[in-house]
Amino acid sequence: MLQITEGSHAVAEAVKLCRPQVVSAYPITPQTHIVERLAEMVADGDLNGEYICVESEFSALSSCVGASAAGSRVYSATTSQGLAFMAEVVFNAAGMRLPIVMTIANRALGAPLNIWNDQQDSIFLRDSGWMQIYGEDAQEAMDLHFIAYKLAERHDVLLPCFVCLDGFIVSHTFEPVDIPSQKEIDEFLPAFNPLHRLDAKNPMSFGMYATPDCYQEFRYEINAAMIRAKAAYREIAAEFKAKFGRDYTGLVEGYRLEDAETAIVAMGSICGTAKDAIDEMRDAGEKVGLLKIRSFRPFPSEEVRTALKGVKNIAVIEKNISIGSRMLGAVGLEVKDAVYKDSPNIFSYVGGLGGRDIRKRDIKQIVQWAKEGRNDCFFGLREELLK
Amino acid sequence: MTGNTEKENVSVDYFESGHRACGGCGPALAGKLIARAAGPNTIIVASTGCMEVFSTPYPETAWKTPWIHSLFQNAAAVASGVEASLKRQGRDEKVIVIAGDGATFDIGMLCISGMFERGHDVTYICYDNEAYMNTGIQRSGATPFDASTTTSPAGKLSNGNSRPKKDIPAILAAHGSPYVATTSIATPKDLMDKVKRALSIKGPCYIQVHAPCCTGWGFDGCKTMELGRLALNSGLWVNYEMVNGVVEKVKKVKRIPVDDYLKAQKRFRHLYRPQENKDEIAKIQAIADSNAQKYGIDIPVKK
Ligand SMILES: Cc1ncc(C[n+]2csc(CCOP(=O)(O)OP(=O)(O)O)c2C)c(N)n1
Ligand code: SF4
Ligand SMILES: [Mg+2]
Repeated sequence: MLQITEGSHAVAEAVKLCRPQVVSAYPITPQTHIVERLAEMVADGDLNGEYICVESEFSALSSCVGASAAGSRVYSATTSQGLAFMAEVVFNAAGMRLPIVMTIANRALGAPLNIWNDQQDSIFLRDSGWMQIYGEDAQEAMDLHFIAYKLAERHDVLLPCFVCLDGFIVSHTFEPVDIPSQKEIDEFLPAFNPLHRLDAKNPMSFGMYATPDCYQEFRYEINAAMIRAKAAYREIAAEFKAKFGRDYTGLVEGYRLEDAETAIVAMGSICGTAKDAIDEMRDAGEKVGLLKIRSFRPFPSEEVRTALKGVKNIAVIEKNISIGSRMLGAVGLEVKDAVYKDSPNIFSYVGGLGGRDIRKRDIKQIVQWAKEGRNDCFFGLREELLK
Repeated sequence: MTGNTEKENVSVDYFESGHRACGGCGPALAGKLIARAAGPNTIIVASTGCMEVFSTPYPETAWKTPWIHSLFQNAAAVASGVEASLKRQGRDEKVIVIAGDGATFDIGMLCISGMFERGHDVTYICYDNEAYMNTGIQRSGATPFDASTTTSPAGKLSNGNSRPKKDIPAILAAHGSPYVATTSIATPKDLMDKVKRALSIKGPCYIQVHAPCCTGWGFDGCKTMELGRLALNSGLWVNYEMVNGVVEKVKKVKRIPVDDYLKAQKRFRHLYRPQENKDEIAKIQAIADSNAQKYGIDIPVKK
């Protein structure tokens, strides 16, 4: 049923439909509407789970670790400073192979303090062992939660997952969203069936320490699971498509890429603006298209390469900066690695940081720069502030 | 994760021998007594530290009850999650945290405060060996006044740790904890009784166990019990119970001078060499005297 809903509330609705047994979260803008709505659902008895009203993000994710290990489906949500505060637990949860799903309402990291959107927060944890999938709009952000739980909990994956949506741009915008029924979600997502759990009837030790003679193998296994997650994701998304009709089967998604000479690569809500800009450029006879990255971890290198075959110039829009890296952007580095054998021109263009608007004309300019071979750089800089 | 293949064992011990602790380790004894008192229907949450490291080198574990370690400072939060999960599943296992003094007094305070304020049904046990032993005997908020540690070394300008022990039991009682107790490995029956009592009380309970560490304090590993007793008898450690914030039961002693306790350990050696530092020893005696008065531990001398 289509409903006009705020992005955050669509996410809360999705979480409720996934029937988490334990929710533990700490409020931070722009994630607050998600957790407030979940607290209401618990207070009204609409969500039959424990809501742990923790004193910090550090405890939010730590209590998720405990609850997941004890055999419950768990949920948390955060962003920016909260995610950074959790960072130690983020690595730990992945190392312990706990299938926690956490929404990230992407926001910039201070200093300077800034509550608006970019994607620096999730990207800085790219090496943590969490999967990271990005929704472009409220519908996709919602649907990715159903897929995320199923994927994370698969016994051949068992990795936690960030479901990312751009703060404010998606979290606080009202859009029409098709909300599935509980029955449909119950059919799609069975109850959590942990491979191991803390259980007095079958005692096990979790989170032991590993010496140099076995640590590396644990890290190898996490990476192997992350690689397996690609095929698992495709399978689950195909199942989702068959049931709900919405297609998220690609870890990447192309838009008007056929015969494109120049391609934009982007993640999240900016893809919508990019599509509009591309339509206008196409109308003007420019051969330009978009590659949307839906999954940043695992990073779908093969799909990226296939999708960008024959493209001459690639412009990656970076809502992050890998400070000190020559290429500037973390996404561009991955894309470049994927396509280097085909030797296109490929550049990272950093912008939209801390919520600065990226307009259609910015995207058109980036396309122009890529065609001219302009090197990796910022766009939309206010030069007058840099004097 | 490692399964414990042994099924029902006649032994009452759920913390097995064969672990990697130093001979005479006070915390190891604490672990054994806690596990024995708690029994099999228990889930243990650990913090990073000596106990965690010596009991669970992958793929071996000394624990025969379910056990989980996540980080140094989050055991209280992990336990909160375990408890919430069990509640939701309708399961009846008891949840116990066993954490070091560093994990408890210092870096874990945020998570502990949250757990106690939220009122989770968890028994939090701190084994207090009075420093960060696992990382090489650095001071913690539990390190006693004037103890020399690797980060509070005695020196020309220093008498060792410059601050007294933090009063964590009072802090947790102030959170509204229904049951707060202190005990010692030197009083094993008291320790086990207090664990059982805490487990029988709903809500967040706290037990602080004095657990002498031969390596960190500098005494022979065969004297662990004796050190625990000397601490109690000198009044530098007091065993008591606080129910709903009120001190109820206190272990009374015939007090001995703090000298007897201090002299038995290398961490206080600088107070006696090259010459006796009477001023500093008097300050420590004053701490014991104040404890004795506060808790009323002195057995009255018959006239
Ligand atoms: C965040 C973090 N900081 C520091 C450490 C290093 N560290 C590990 S155990 C430990 C001290 C543990 O002290 P305590 O809790 O008293 O336990 P003990 O080793 O004395 O039994 C420290 C400092 C760590 N593991 N994590
Ligand atoms: S250093 Fe101390 S606490 Fe650690 S194992 Fe040795 S005796 Fe036990
Ligand atoms: Mg210690």
